[in-house]
Amino acid sequence: MIPELGHFALIVALAIALVQGTLPFLGAAKKIPGLVAVARPAAQGQFVFVAIAFGCLAWAFYSNDFSVLNVATNSNSRLPAPYRIAATWGSHEGSLLLWVMMLSLWMLAVSVFSRSLPQEMLARILGVMGLIAVGFLSFMLFTSNPFERLLPAAADGRDLNPLLQDPGMVFHPPMLYMGYVGFSVAFAFAIAALIDGRLDATWARWSRPWTTAAWVFLTIGIALGSFWAYYELGWGGWWFWDPVENASFMPWLIGTALIHSLAVTEKRGAFKSWTVLLAIVAFSLSLLGTFLVRSGVLTSVHAFATDPKRGVFILGFLALVVGGSLALYAWRASKVSPGGMFELLSRESMLLANSVLLIVACAAVLLGTLYPLFLDALGMGKISVGPPYFESVFAPLMAPAILLAGIGPLVAWRKGDGTEVLRRLRWTAIIVLAAALFVPLLFGRWALLTSFGLLLAFWILGGALTALIVRLRSRTGITSAFAGMLLAHAGIGVFVIGVTLVKSYETERDIRMQPGDTAGLGGYSFRFDGVREVSGPNYAAARGTITVLRDGQTVAQLAPEKRVYLVQRNPMTEAAIDAGISRDVYVALGEAVGNDAWTVRVHIKPFIRWIWIGCLMMAFGGVLAASDRRYRIAARRQDDASGADASVMRSGAA
Amino acid sequence: MIAIAAGVTLIAVAAALVLNAFQGNVVFFFSPSQVAAKEAPLDRTFRVGGMVEKGSLKRRADGLTVEFIVTDTARSIPVVYTGILPDLFKEGKGVVAQGKLAPDGAFHASEVLAKHDENYMPPEAAHALSKAEAEKTAKSVRPGATR
Repeated sequence: MIPELGHFALIVALAIALVQGTLPFLGAAKKIPGLVAVARPAAQGQFVFVAIAFGCLAWAFYSNDFSVLNVATNSNSRLPAPYRIAATWGSHEGSLLLWVMMLSLWMLAVSVFSRSLPQEMLARILGVMGLIAVGFLSFMLFTSNPFERLLPAAADGRDLNPLLQDPGMVFHPPMLYMGYVGFSVAFAFAIAALIDGRLDATWARWSRPWTTAAWVFLTIGIALGSFWAYYELGWGGWWFWDPVENASFMPWLIGTALIHSLAVTEKRGAFKSWTVLLAIVAFSLSLLGTFLVRSGVLTSVHAFATDPKRGVFILGFLALVVGGSLALYAWRASKVSPGGMFELLSRESMLLANSVLLIVACAAVLLGTLYPLFLDALGMGKISVGPPYFESVFAPLMAPAILLAGIGPLVAWRKGDGTEVLRRLRWTAIIVLAAALFVPLLFGRWALLTSFGLLLAFWILGGALTALIVRLRSRTGITSAFAGMLLAHAGIGVFVIGVTLVKSYETERDIRMQPGDTAGLGGYSFRFDGVREVSGPNYAAARGTITVLRDGQTVAQLAPEKRVYLVQRNPMTEAAIDAGISRDVYVALGEAVGNDAWTVRVHIKPFIRWIWIGCLMMAFGGVLAASDRRYRIAARRQDDASGADASVMRSGAA
Repeated sequence: MIAIAAGVTLIAVAAALVLNAFQGNVVFFFSPSQVAAKEAPLDRTFRVGGMVEKGSLKRRADGLTVEFIVTDTARSIPVVYTGILPDLFKEGKGVVAQGKLAPDGAFHASEVLAKHDENYMPPEAAHALSKAEAEKTAKSVRPGATR
């Protein structure tokens, strides 16, 4: 009964979405207040029904209802309760429902927090989001019904993939989707403004906090995914440039460009059409990501060709959204008035250069991700494009972007003063350069690339610090937007320090060990104390004990496991990590090779935590920026950028 | 003007980076049959994939180096790898190995990939198997056919 209720709720939600995607547009075009007023209750009603559907599916998982196909294939009665709930989004169908759930959450948020928006604008925004919901709800109902019954019911389920049985599964997908789907808000704002012909600073000011919020979720989602892969896959890597990762990273890159471009549009009224284009591209890449992950093309283009229903549906939807919005853009963007002029050395030009760099980097990632798929689809052979490609293209493109980001906050809007910037940064530059040259020596091995990586990191940190000092001295006060920007930039610095030091100084070793054996790596010694059998709720494991020593002192006792899950019978490596701010000691069991001996892999990962700490700083910076007071008072004042120019010129926060 | 010049330069640099990276880092895939037919390069890293032949996994005395045979059912190739095998590596299951061909005809793998799910076959491995299968069927249909 409950699954049918969920199914029915989805159908009702689709009906509401159809209303929400049509009537408000009509109302806004013909100035019929009654139809315009439909948008808000429709969005809220849709949220209620999608939430009911989501709740029904979660309940089916929680209560082990194996008469539902989705539950029978992705859960098991012995699966612990939190993972049963998380299994709701562990399947193709369930993750689509999560997608729609997030979309309706954003719609609810827009309908609640945008009371200050003009009614017609809000109607169009919710209308666009309604149309997106129509696409995804019908995709789910026609090709991927999460409530499909299995008759007769299975006695027990086939269990959730053991890799997914981890706290990461509980938090990572909702965060990531919240970010992915959140760009639909920026997209809807852009489309609504294009239809309306009202692309101005006020529009940018409305749109900014939403875009930043989506970016924050996406940043946290990607960081969580990276952290999860690091400790769960047993290989000690934190980013694999795998197509699924790239699918989430590309919207992040464009989203980052969008945030910065919106800043220019709000402060200076410039880059309007550029900003709109970025909003369209960011959301299109979110959809492309959904297509890549959900259509099966990544597993095999042939699997896609034999069961094309799902893939073709998303591809069609993607073409419709991208084509439609670009057509609208081409038609309307020419009518957009050009914004304020600016000199070659100005904050505008710096931000423009940065967004171009981000876009080019994103295009390179896109090419590397799609090229093998195209070749394969055309029958031109099978290739793989691995991390070396991405690293050798991505890093050189991001290096100038980071150099610019260190200077940007110190350059004035419209017309920067070169000598002034130079004077302010000269000491920073000298200190940063000296530190970048010296620090690698502390690790006992100097390399040019290490020094260069650190130079970038210290530069952006130094730039942020200098900007902070300049601002404090000028006594103009620090807005939370400005603090957020500096914190996010510092986060990049911390991230780059982590990446550079891990890449330069990580070490690993595969060893065959018998109980009592000791092996050394990176100044630590590892004593293997044997393996014993333990059993978990739904798995049996061999748990090793490895004592980590340094100078004869015990540093940590680690207990890596090799698990075999009872239902799917797959072995799973569960690494053990002694975490620290300056290094992680990472140990994973390989396999038993006879005589109580095991193969063991040990890693030392210097400063790896800084990678995720940096991401958290970026995300928290985003939170600060989005919560700036002016977004809340802006609606009342309705001032536009030209009036605020004078005060913003020097103090503006990016 | 300067902005346009900078833009063009940037795109040129990016294109050069991409082309250069593609040239150096794209890894081609060959099936054991293709390797047997000497289609695979001798001095370059490539990927080979298929099924791990049952009973072929042997461990050398150091405990870390393993040898196994990868087959596409038509032809097979011996693979040598030093290190810890992935969790889902199993005899009779699909596998993809990346490495170089040694003069003795063995494939020295630097990386062995077996993916996350028991039902999931690495696409390249599945491709190699189905291709060999198709060729066999074609031959059995035309027993007298010569190539």
